[in-house]
Amino acid sequence: MSETHAATVSYVRDTMLPPAEAPVTERGAIKWLRENLFSGWLNTLLTLIALYIIFVAVRAVMPWLMNSVWNAASLGECRQIVAAAGEGATGACWAVIRDRWHQYMFGFYPRELYWRPVLAFGLLFVALAPVLYYGNRRAELTLTATAGAFVIAVLFALGTPFGIVAAVTVLMAALLALAWAAPKRLVWVTVFYAPVCYLLLWGGSVWAPVTAIAGFALLAAVFVALQPRVGVPVALGAGLVAAVLWWAYPDATVARALSSILPIGLTAVPSTQFGGFLLAITIGVTAISFSLPLGILLALGRQSNMLIVKALSVGFIEFIRGVPLITLLFTASLLLQYFLPPGTNFDIILRVIILVTFFAAAYLAEVIRGGLAALPRGQYEAADSLGLDYWQAQRLVILPQALKISIPGIVSTFIGLFKDTTLVSFVGLMDPLRGVTQIVRADINWKGIYWEPYIFVGAIFFLMCYGMSRYSMYLERKLRTDHR
Amino acid sequence: MHKTILIGALTAAGLAAGASAAATVDDVKARGELICGSNTGLTGFGAPDANGNWQGFDVALCRAIAAAVLGDPNKVRFVPTTGETRFTALASGEVDVLIRNSTWTFSRDTELAFDFVAVNYYDGQGFMVKKDLGVASAKELDGATVCIQTGTTTELNLADFFKANNMTYTPVNVQDDSQAQQQYLAGACDAYTTDASGLAASRATMADPENHIILPEIISKEPLGPVVRHGDNNWGDIVRWTFYALVTAEEKGITAANVEEVAASSTDPEVRRLLGVEGDMGAKIGLDNEFAKRAIAAVGNYGEIFEANIGEATPIGLARGLNALWTQGGLQYAPPFR
Repeated sequence: MSETHAATVSYVRDTMLPPAEAPVTERGAIKWLRENLFSGWLNTLLTLIALYIIFVAVRAVMPWLMNSVWNAASLGECRQIVAAAGEGATGACWAVIRDRWHQYMFGFYPRELYWRPVLAFGLLFVALAPVLYYGNRRAELTLTATAGAFVIAVLFALGTPFGIVAAVTVLMAALLALAWAAPKRLVWVTVFYAPVCYLLLWGGSVWAPVTAIAGFALLAAVFVALQPRVGVPVALGAGLVAAVLWWAYPDATVARALSSILPIGLTAVPSTQFGGFLLAITIGVTAISFSLPLGILLALGRQSNMLIVKALSVGFIEFIRGVPLITLLFTASLLLQYFLPPGTNFDIILRVIILVTFFAAAYLAEVIRGGLAALPRGQYEAADSLGLDYWQAQRLVILPQALKISIPGIVSTFIGLFKDTTLVSFVGLMDPLRGVTQIVRADINWKGIYWEPYIFVGAIFFLMCYGMSRYSMYLERKLRTDHR
Repeated sequence: MHKTILIGALTAAGLAAGASAAATVDDVKARGELICGSNTGLTGFGAPDANGNWQGFDVALCRAIAAAVLGDPNKVRFVPTTGETRFTALASGEVDVLIRNSTWTFSRDTELAFDFVAVNYYDGQGFMVKKDLGVASAKELDGATVCIQTGTTTELNLADFFKANNMTYTPVNVQDDSQAQQQYLAGACDAYTTDASGLAASRATMADPENHIILPEIISKEPLGPVVRHGDNNWGDIVRWTFYALVTAEEKGITAANVEEVAASSTDPEVRRLLGVEGDMGAKIGLDNEFAKRAIAAVGNYGEIFEANIGEATPIGLARGLNALWTQGGLQYAPPFR
């Protein structure tokens, strides 16, 4: 074909031209700029204005950051060092963070015991691994290994005694081995994390958490024994009654008896010593983990056909949602003291945790109800037609779908809850943002410092909330089963 | 886990509900610890240092009471209270005594059912302005913008002062002291008003203290003192006389360093009664006779506490002023120990 062609027409190119490069305005950075920043006179104008604002902001902030002072004993010393940089120079005084970082992290927690909250924090991620990355062995391993490495590195940096570091290393290695060999078993770490964490943070006798667990064991035993005969709700109720009776009467006595026989435990640390991010994370994590199940129950209760259950759920949700969190915190801090007889010492952190949990649960209930409402009626009918009872249907068909729909809302509520923990400063607890900062400023050396503590605390909050947000996006991607 | 404590507490509450409240001093002795309502952090008056040890002018009085009642100035638990929670914390029994620069006013004393047992610091509201404003008296502040903390008595005092002098002002509301200072330095207001002690502390920590002046007018009376609940007069007596023991000690020249020596050698009958060498002063308020001696030995006399925490040798640099002894033209006047 081409030969004929070549024979008949004299001017035919026999080689392909190499593709020419696109014009300079249609490729690379220039194309991107033209399309995104300068695609018309209005956009060009807006871009230029934005650039100018950025320039002004950077020009204002950069010298302040560039002249940062890290080593100084007081704000006055910081000012001297900054002044040495030139006439009218401004500079950030991060020395305050260097001097007081431990109070921002741990409050007044005894310095020699810092390893306990650090270990509890590390174990938190090991305990979360099976929850966050269920069935993803590699992710679980990575998380466990990271948590272990983090704890050991921090303990070294804190100058913890060698014996403790060695013991923690062995523990973390054992957990890593467990995660590698039998990832499913890691769930047991999750189950027993709460009492272990309590023991690590507050210390005291080992037996208090042990006998408390015995209450849950009793609950489980009663439930398992009765459930086939009387069904889920009654068995659960009976189990709860048994457990409450155990906690109310013999629990404390048994714990005391056991500790007098075998007194083992850790140095007790009272709640008044808690502060900073230790306090924020303790309140946040506890409230998050307890509010999710409570919120699910409330959402189901609100949809229930049983009048009393429904009325109670609606009443609870509407009441708690209708009241500002500050009011609830003041209730926790002040009113409860009036209701309880004088001399009753009901831990303030516990009171705050309970009310923050209620608050988050009420919001979560509505978020989850949104997920339930989004499910087509057919899903409920399909579950019924399979012969599943109410709890089976919820567990196997309804909730997995409803919760998946609600993920962004749930995580959003969690992030809000975590940030709301800073409000506890209004009841005299030392939250990192206001409580600790106020203490730091009360020191004559640091009085007058303003932006640095806020920036530092804000940055850490941002990291944590951003982490939660990224995780929620990962989870949404992982659970996406539709074919959009 | 947490449930256990909740239920335990509720049960304990149920059991204890019938029993009447014991006297505060017995509670403190049984507990082996004084619970002192303190500030969440106020320079010089009460704040924890980098190691978590509470220090300050108000804190020293808490320690003196602990030394008097329990024999150990360190057996104190400080409960930080905010402006909103302080009186409820005291009324509900969460704290034994509130020493948190609280102003003694009629309604707090009567309506809230508290007793202000003494005045450990006479404060008053003042103004700070920049020197280049060219103002030498608060009476010249007509038309000024003033930075003022919301929800405090200072806000009311300010309104009263300007009204009484037929002047106008524009308030710039701020949330706390640090914000006030920030706004004032940024030029958001011409004058910054709060208690004179607070102004002095703020000025001391500014980059250019020489460019700011505190105006001579003090526009309010702020007698700050320890507060106890109505109805437990014995406990009120203990707090009151522990404080007056410190004042008397200054008057008599007794210091933390020489208290033992004075007790052994003094022939002044009032000193001998104060330090428990003779008489039974302590027994009359349910303590032992050496309560005052222990308090003085633990924290020093009133003047020593003042100088160590807020006095002219510290960066805050407050003059004694109204808080000098009555013999030196001040208002600190302890009733006689007899």
